[in-house]
Amino acid sequence: MPVSSASAPTSTARSVKDLRVGESGTICCLNDPEMALKLLEMGCIPGTQVRLNSKAPLGCPVTLVLGNGDYTLSLRVSEAATIMLRD
Amino acid sequence: MGSVDVTIKRAGAGISAATLETASPRLPGTLTRIALIGNPNSGKSSLFNQLTGLNQKVGNFPGVTVDRKTGVAQITPLLRAEIIDLPGTYSLYPKSLDERVITDLLYDQTSAQYPDFVVVTADASNLRRNLLLFTQLADLGLPAVLALNMMDTAEQHGIKIDVAALQQEVGVPVIPMNARKGIGIAALKIVMGQQLAPPTVRFYEPTEELLPMIRQIRYYFNLHNDYLALHYAHQYQRINFLTADEQAYIGELVQQYGFEPTAQQAQETIDRYARINELLLNVVEVTRTEEAEPYSNRIDRVLTHKVWGYLIFFGVLFLMFQAVFAWASYPMELIDEGVAWINQLVQSNFEGPLISLLTEGVLAGLGGVLIFIPQISLLFAFIAVLEETGYMARVTFMMDRIMRKFGLNGKSVVPLISGVACAVPAIMSARTIENWKDRIITIFVTPLMSCSARIPVYTVLIGLVVPDVPVLGIFNLRGIALMGLYLLGFFAAILSALAMKFLLKTRERSYFIMEFPVYRWPRWKNVGITIVEKVKTFVFQAGKVIVAISVILWVLASYGPGDQLAQAETQARTTATQQQLSPEETENAVASAKLENSYAGTIGHLLEPGIRPLGFDWKIGISLITSFAAREVFVGTISTIYSVGQDADTRTIQQKLATARDSQGQPFFTPVRALSLLVFYVFAMQCMSTLAVTYRETKGWKWPILQAVYMTGLAYAASLLVYQLGS
Repeated sequence: MPVSSASAPTSTARSVKDLRVGESGTICCLNDPEMALKLLEMGCIPGTQVRLNSKAPLGCPVTLVLGNGDYTLSLRVSEAATIMLRD
Repeated sequence: MGSVDVTIKRAGAGISAATLETASPRLPGTLTRIALIGNPNSGKSSLFNQLTGLNQKVGNFPGVTVDRKTGVAQITPLLRAEIIDLPGTYSLYPKSLDERVITDLLYDQTSAQYPDFVVVTADASNLRRNLLLFTQLADLGLPAVLALNMMDTAEQHGIKIDVAALQQEVGVPVIPMNARKGIGIAALKIVMGQQLAPPTVRFYEPTEELLPMIRQIRYYFNLHNDYLALHYAHQYQRINFLTADEQAYIGELVQQYGFEPTAQQAQETIDRYARINELLLNVVEVTRTEEAEPYSNRIDRVLTHKVWGYLIFFGVLFLMFQAVFAWASYPMELIDEGVAWINQLVQSNFEGPLISLLTEGVLAGLGGVLIFIPQISLLFAFIAVLEETGYMARVTFMMDRIMRKFGLNGKSVVPLISGVACAVPAIMSARTIENWKDRIITIFVTPLMSCSARIPVYTVLIGLVVPDVPVLGIFNLRGIALMGLYLLGFFAAILSALAMKFLLKTRERSYFIMEFPVYRWPRWKNVGITIVEKVKTFVFQAGKVIVAISVILWVLASYGPGDQLAQAETQARTTATQQQLSPEETENAVASAKLENSYAGTIGHLLEPGIRPLGFDWKIGISLITSFAAREVFVGTISTIYSVGQDADTRTIQQKLATARDSQGQPFFTPVRALSLLVFYVFAMQCMSTLAVTYRETKGWKWPILQAVYMTGLAYAASLLVYQLGS
């Protein structure tokens, strides 16, 4: 089940929030079920590659590049924190 | 007003809509209905503009703030179609109140509004995500055409799409196009002119466990397919056309089968993407030229830079402000003079109370509507360009962190700054804010920013009581006082927003997630159509309210209870003769006496006990009432009351006000009293045009009334505080 409403992620689990600018990762799951619906529609599907493209001057929001440079999303850090990455 | 008929010749059609109307009167019910639907930024508006040109109408969807944009398109010389432009969305599961208009339209097959088919716009450079919505629509069984837009961008990105193969896979006509340049429109029209069959390909089948529930809903409501029934199970609580019993019926089934909408919807989206990936394998070929950094990224490095980004943004804001504030004043003067000229013409040729109603009531009101056109046009020219180029998304990106703290949105910056020029176009520009709560807060607090109509009031009163002395060598005390008033308004707006952030409850969850569009050149045709549409909306919708209030104000100022007015005039003339006043002085004295004895004057007297604690008398009371037409009317009213004549300059008015004495023979306009009045003007809602536009933008009287009560209450409290502490 890629979308889990299960307990809070363990401290070792990384989310998109933890990426440095320019760094990539692969989406493993989305841990906020309601937010997940929106993120899924916008193409944040488990298994998709995601790169942290830039941060706003004040650190939030951030922009992500999804897939193979297909398109760019902008979202708040709190929203990015619900996108968990594979190890 | 409603008879303005816009007739344009569209390229390609070669025949004007109006000509055709007379040539072959269309029978009711023969107009094809087409819904235009697609992701945000998929070029849907460009396509709508290409198809309908200026033949657009903006109306209301019941119950939501979204505009219902429809237009008529000439598909073939003989076939016209009504096109409805639905709000941009990523899926058929609505996330906001505004997106619900889509499902309201597409769920009810029996409705007269139900479209004959849909045109789905998809961004070819981003086909995977755009197809999600398309597959949902196809599964609803709606006949559809896929308009594959932005083929040029796709090509630049090295994306090659095999259109024939795609058409094979999706089972509906696919038209490659570039709506911004008008490429592919002709081909699209040919397809639109044909009888379209429902799509044959299914993209998603509900799982076996769901089928018993789905089938029961499907047969109970006599629906034509399973997927629609599934949507009923999802949305039943929010489907307007279902009765309470019908909703309860679905509710029981959902309970009985333990249906979990969120999990199902997530799984459905994942399954759809899997299916889309599969079908795109044979359709899309990407030969990416590795990897010159996208030009958008390079531009962003400057435009969202932590120093340059903000400097450039403030430069843009300043330019916008300058345009609305200074450039607009020339055409505004022309309109003002034009209306005055017509008024003069009518008054010098005709006489009587009806003529007076026409000139001082209706024409003055119309003038008050038309005067806003230059500001609205200029502001929306800027906003349309910012939206079209993709810069607005960067503004939101840079400002969100700061504005969010106050319950606002990155995009609230534009309305707030524009509010310093005029709240009317500013409130209209809040339309770009998608989130309902952020938009309401922005609309609510924008009129607290000191607009240009307050300047005449500020100038007269500051000049009256603040001495013209230098401060610290370079500043001027009057300048500092003026700045203080602007800051007062600004902080009131920010703090009110903060308060509303906590008070306003919403069920709608707020997302920031949005697509970050690439930079593009603006299409001037789209900019032009936006301006025309905004002006039309304002003139015909807010304009009605403004003219009505203007007429009411005219009645209040020109008529009085009984024959009080006539008596006052006679008496004023007698006194004037005794004092041997000049004809001009006599007229001024008469005007003053008449105003005092009009309904407005009577109300002013009635108000006096209420506003005395603020230091105001009935003369100011009258000005407060007439100011409701527009704040700068204060100056005209106060001159009439103090018998200086309507057209006196600022200096004359100040001299007259300085000589005004209270009952003890002391100067009436003390610094404290003037300050109290100034503070009142900073806060109070004294602008019928603002109220009218808030009414129009929020589609109801609740918010304009709350706004008026809140602002005027705030003004009262602040003035009370100033006057009581000061004296």
